[in-house]
Amino acid sequence: MNVNDIRIQFPVLGSKAYGKPLVYLDNAATSQRPLPVIEEQARLAKTANANIHRAVHYLADKATDAFESARDYVKEYLNAASREEIVFTSGTTASINLVAFSFGEAFVGEGDEIIVSCAEHHSNIVPWQMLCQRKKAHLKVLDIQENGCLQVENLEKLISQRTKIVAITHISNVLGIVNPVQEIIRICHNHGVPVLVDGAQGIVHSHVDVQSLDCDFYAFSGHKVFAATGTGVLYGKKKWLNAMPPYMGGGEMIETVRFSGTTYAPLPAKFEAGTQNFNVIPTLIPALSFHRACLENMEILDYQKNIREYVYDRLLEDKRITLFGQPESLQDKIPLFSFSVEGVHHEDLALILDKMGIATRSGQMCAEPLMDRLGVTGLLRVSFTWYNTLEEAEYLINSLYRAIEMLS
Amino acid sequence: MSCTLEEKKQAVIEDFSLYDEWLDKYEYLIELGKNLDPYPEELKTDDHLIKGCQSRVWLDYWLQDNRLYFRADSDAIITKGIISLLIGVYSGRTPEEIAADDFGFVADIGLRDNLSPTRANGLVSMIETIRTVAENAR
Repeated sequence: MNVNDIRIQFPVLGSKAYGKPLVYLDNAATSQRPLPVIEEQARLAKTANANIHRAVHYLADKATDAFESARDYVKEYLNAASREEIVFTSGTTASINLVAFSFGEAFVGEGDEIIVSCAEHHSNIVPWQMLCQRKKAHLKVLDIQENGCLQVENLEKLISQRTKIVAITHISNVLGIVNPVQEIIRICHNHGVPVLVDGAQGIVHSHVDVQSLDCDFYAFSGHKVFAATGTGVLYGKKKWLNAMPPYMGGGEMIETVRFSGTTYAPLPAKFEAGTQNFNVIPTLIPALSFHRACLENMEILDYQKNIREYVYDRLLEDKRITLFGQPESLQDKIPLFSFSVEGVHHEDLALILDKMGIATRSGQMCAEPLMDRLGVTGLLRVSFTWYNTLEEAEYLINSLYRAIEMLS
Repeated sequence: MSCTLEEKKQAVIEDFSLYDEWLDKYEYLIELGKNLDPYPEELKTDDHLIKGCQSRVWLDYWLQDNRLYFRADSDAIITKGIISLLIGVYSGRTPEEIAADDFGFVADIGLRDNLSPTRANGLVSMIETIRTVAENAR
């Protein structure tokens, strides 16, 4: 398998933007979908559209099978201990909000503390701030070093008797640095503190084995790993999920409902209130199976490594460019690059690159506290995935130089 | 004022029609942005700031002889170029003329992308502010 074998599976990659071949480098925001994903969604809409679980008819059985097969698949994919530990949500944000609310209701009180890092996406900050407001708890922040890596050595000092949970990103969506989550989890567990891992980028660039990581929660979105939108996953250890109250009420999450009191369904239905996204959740199967095939293919991995090194070197050697997120070893960096250019606004760069056919991301990337920490108003980000080519990387660098010339 | 608001807008649309290529349009906007009249540093304050998601825009205005005058700045050069267009067209017009205008010409010259409300940039808010200022001054 090589990059061309991959590209032909993605219909959009052959298209043009403003007359130029489309170069899609905003993969960290959402990935494009391969044909098996597109076809599965269409197949379900055509042949298995019925509300799942309750109805006793043919079509509902088909829809339920597809939905629950996705749960089995994700359970295997993450190596979770049981299928009850896989909860479907709309996305990473919903998964984290669920934990912040339900875990918070059960375990967080006045004066308690929650730790996040300063490199978090807003989705792993704001739900915890809301929880802290609700419970009069405190949010503590783990800082980064100058190169963008977390100050893991300071984590132990931040943890106190009042620390109830640590919520940390697996891979920063701005810095592209793989955090040592295994070590973080070990430190936290030594103090009896559970850990939620925001895996929105982590799932895209690593083999995630939740039992080997020993994380308490792992949240990710299918749409960043080639599935359709609205395919969120929350992995949670059974002991926590069982001890947490439901997040939303209604639909399938009940056992019996009386005006004198309602009892809740067992896991995972307890956390899946309302009609589920049954037409798209099953796209997780072809999406993750495509993704796994790439992650396990040496030729593809080597190719992506070349792209990563090429872009990294080109950005570093240009004195006008400041690249944020430079870990000691390139092993800890995914092919995601956020940078600023001296005297040039990131929005201007993004607008011009767009007209050259290149989709990038500019702005704060939903990480305003990190932007403040880095002392910038925003950055330009390019993020690569399996279908991107070395030629596209070269075109990016040449176009970037041209855009800088135009703007300087 | 020697020409009408409509004539001013037509002139801008004609200027832009000279450029077929997107990058040439942007080159032109960058040039306009670089040549925009300087905006006083001391007026880059929070009450002049129109906050957008990505680029920041500062706007100052005054009313003189029943005509509204604007000056503005941005930290992004393309936004500055569009500001230059807007100021060229609307500065010195009467509040009645401005309030009655639909500001559609920016879309006519193909810059709708830069003005889409979902972009949440300072420019959209700038147009809203110009419109509001004009309505309040009527």
